[in-house]
Amino acid sequence: MFRRKRNASDFSAEIEAHIELEAARLQEQGLSYEDARTAARRAFGNVTHAQEHFYESGRWLAPEHLWQDVRYGLRMLRKSPGFTAIAVLTIALGIGATTAIFSVVDATLFHPLPYAQPDQLVRIEDDLPGVGAQDVGMSVPEWHDLQSSGIFDNVSPIGGGDVNLTGASQPERIPFLNVTPNYFAVLGVKPQLGSAFNPEDHTPGFTLEVLISDGLWKRAFAADPGILGKSLRLDNDLYRVIGVMPADFHDPGRTAVERSTDIWAASGFAAAPAPPPLRNARFLQTAIARIKPGVTIDVAQSQLNALVAAMQKQFPVDYPLQNAWSVRLVPLKESVVGNVRQSLILLLGAVGLVLLIGCVNIANLLLARASARGREMAIRQALGAARKRLMSQLLTESLLLSLLGGIGGLVILFCTKGFLLRMVPDSLPRLNEVSTNTPVLLFALVASLVAGAIFGLAPAFHAGRLDLIPMLKQEGRASTGTGEQARTRRVLVIIEFALSLVLMVAAGLLLRSFWDLLNVRPGFNPQSVMVVRTWLPVPNDPATDVYGTAAQEETLLHEMLRRGRTLPGVEEVAIGDLAAVPLGHGWRDLNPYPLMLEGREAHSGETPFVNRSTVTPEYFHLLSMPLLSGRPFNESDNDKVPRVAVINEALARKYWPGEDPLGKRFKRPADSSWTTVIGVIANARTESLSEATAPGIYMSAYQRTPKDLAIFLRGRLDAAAIPVELREQVQSVDPGLPVFGAQTLDDAVSASLSTRRFSMEMVGLFALTALLLAGLGIYGVISYIVSERTHEIGIRLALGAQRNSILQMVLRQGLALAIAGAAVGLVCALIVSHLMAGLLYGVKPVDPLTFAGVALLLVGVALLACYIPARRAIRVDPIIALRYE
Amino acid sequence: MSTQETESRLELLQGTLDLLILRTLIFGSQHGQGIARAIQQTSDEELLVEHGALYPALQRLEERGWISAKWGVSTNNRKARFYSLTSAGRKQLGKETTKWKRFAAAIGRILEAEEV
Repeated sequence: MFRRKRNASDFSAEIEAHIELEAARLQEQGLSYEDARTAARRAFGNVTHAQEHFYESGRWLAPEHLWQDVRYGLRMLRKSPGFTAIAVLTIALGIGATTAIFSVVDATLFHPLPYAQPDQLVRIEDDLPGVGAQDVGMSVPEWHDLQSSGIFDNVSPIGGGDVNLTGASQPERIPFLNVTPNYFAVLGVKPQLGSAFNPEDHTPGFTLEVLISDGLWKRAFAADPGILGKSLRLDNDLYRVIGVMPADFHDPGRTAVERSTDIWAASGFAAAPAPPPLRNARFLQTAIARIKPGVTIDVAQSQLNALVAAMQKQFPVDYPLQNAWSVRLVPLKESVVGNVRQSLILLLGAVGLVLLIGCVNIANLLLARASARGREMAIRQALGAARKRLMSQLLTESLLLSLLGGIGGLVILFCTKGFLLRMVPDSLPRLNEVSTNTPVLLFALVASLVAGAIFGLAPAFHAGRLDLIPMLKQEGRASTGTGEQARTRRVLVIIEFALSLVLMVAAGLLLRSFWDLLNVRPGFNPQSVMVVRTWLPVPNDPATDVYGTAAQEETLLHEMLRRGRTLPGVEEVAIGDLAAVPLGHGWRDLNPYPLMLEGREAHSGETPFVNRSTVTPEYFHLLSMPLLSGRPFNESDNDKVPRVAVINEALARKYWPGEDPLGKRFKRPADSSWTTVIGVIANARTESLSEATAPGIYMSAYQRTPKDLAIFLRGRLDAAAIPVELREQVQSVDPGLPVFGAQTLDDAVSASLSTRRFSMEMVGLFALTALLLAGLGIYGVISYIVSERTHEIGIRLALGAQRNSILQMVLRQGLALAIAGAAVGLVCALIVSHLMAGLLYGVKPVDPLTFAGVALLLVGVALLACYIPARRAIRVDPIIALRYE
Repeated sequence: MSTQETESRLELLQGTLDLLILRTLIFGSQHGQGIARAIQQTSDEELLVEHGALYPALQRLEERGWISAKWGVSTNNRKARFYSLTSAGRKQLGKETTKWKRFAAAIGRILEAEEV
């Protein structure tokens, strides 16, 4: 049934045989050979028609036609290399950029997390909405309750930060996570070498076993296969390496630092160095968990809500109702990528728009070409080509163009991959999972085909509706397009302008947000300040801690300050903890402080959490943070006197509105002694440039024992030399201290904006491309109109029209298109700008300045693009123009 | 052969060519030109078989499996493609013949009734 039909030559042979037989019969009747053959042919009718009929009746025709169309299409593309190059390049850039963004979106948003049954994984966040606190962490008894609740397979709290790895040539600071022994069981991941922690291990303190990352194994141990069982000295304690994780394993953390964890150590969080496991001691920073198989997150959440309600009844003192304590399950993937979703989707939308504008541009070019090829099409139709065949021929040509473009795009993508990935900020989660895999390639293919269909449909449609007679009447030269074609081209230009305007408004709003952020008065002066970090080890046995008391640490801090001041160029030195580094720390370095105010102990359940930093007296002056009242810290604020604190204006306004906060006292609920407010400092945006300052307190470094130290230096500093010189100084005090993380405060400020900068730059780039394409589009259409009207313009000039009025006439036409496009675009931009409101800072989604500016810019570009053909129009020589027809 | 002769002939009704081809082939295998001649002669030169339409029809019948074809040599020693009826074709002929006869009779009755 499906065998190949007879081939066409067999059929022709049969027809030839027929004619011979018929001619022979007629010859017998007395006709000459010639006459007989002619008569036989006449009797047969249209041989070609029969052959075509034969040809088209076959089921195997479609691929044959396609192949024919493809060959013809390739020939046509080769015949006009300029056009082909422009079209293929436009599509290649569009597809390349779209596919690049898509590959990032695909890896971050679409792929499941690379752990076993990732849908069952959640992050557990505790909120106290009653006191406006979110994600306040969990206490050890709560963890035990959750673990035994029957809702989860396993719950693993995660804490930690960095750890000093000593023993190599330099003490190294390593991103480290303190997890519970069931951590790897939660994620369902096995080490590539050795074994994971025993999930049943109930050691209260550290198990003194660690797993290390593939990166650390290769970097620090040269991928030594005998690493298992070797000891590492971490913060002065010896840990045994029991496993090496696979290269593609990363902690599902919310920050880049967490995701780059190199060492995992396990503890039960119930013995030193952890504080006593009290129910209201929420020192477990976060927790991940695996829900029991077959239970959805929603079901688990409702079970959890019931559990929380029961616990509030059981422990009314620990869970006062006013706090409204609640426990939230966040899908683990959401907690990893949730905050970049909007930016990524915006980028994908923006790049998609650029591709669309590119398509519209090519459709325009194709239409222009179609009018030049109108005669070819008309002649082919007159010779009997079916309209359907002509349309499919044109569509094939377009699809060929877009597929070539798609291939070109992938080539560009492969060649620039490394460069592109470097442009993406490191803070983007799951960056290491970005790859050009099958879905990405499939996306490129589909995008190319869709693009080809978009720009191929208009010309194909017009070819199907050609009016033959006027086309054929025109002699020899290329025909002018039909009125309908010209209309379509104008509509396409309007669409182009509208899309460009949308993109430019988006870019404009992002640019204004970014500009406003850069010009925010942060409340501190980051100029000529460098921050260098060190870390005092925290041994598991407090008795071996040489910096265990404030007095011990004060000696060290004084020595570091003194040595710091001797470095070349240094004018001022201060020391603080990591929380004191403006914009230079993660959320978990903040040490949320449960604030209980004196005289309001009755409301102790309402203790709000505030930010806390620890600093030496020089800190405020070094960062030019003005004191509003009271006094800053001084050298005698040490552990021999009662604790004192400086608070920020935000805290003073919130908790002592209309009162003088100086002399007021507060403490943590667990503390025995009070802390007295001695000064109020002006608000500084040390957490985020885009958010108003949160209430915060500053403690004196000499009264506490901060471990995560940051040394601040101000002066004319040599950014390359300072870290080396400072390391020498610090290590001459204690050779076991790592010195790392040197950066200028300006860089920290700038890095805090990296995701914003990335999306702004990308959208800006796309918007510029769109503007260029729209300009080219309107240039093409106006040039075409001018060349079409050369004759008319010649007559007008000959009849005495002013060149100026001709210029105005042409410009007016372009302007009308641009304004129509801008009007449509403004409406679309209103919708888009509201959708991206979450990405804006300081500007409203309907920012009249941005909208007006962008519209004006677009119209200006349109005028410029029209001016060139308009100039050509007024230079028309009437004599030549009149001869033109 | 003059054009006048051609014009006076009846053109075939749509769909009847297939039936006529099948019927002609019941007497044995024949080539295209032979089939056309046979239809014309048997109908006393009343029916016009347009040769150009014959071959697509033959092609169609062959594809449906009602006739089969192979190249052979004609009586006057010329190469030609010979068609013969298959058993499926024979069945089809039976069906088509009955259908046509009922159709012709019905038309006939109507026309005669009108004449009364």
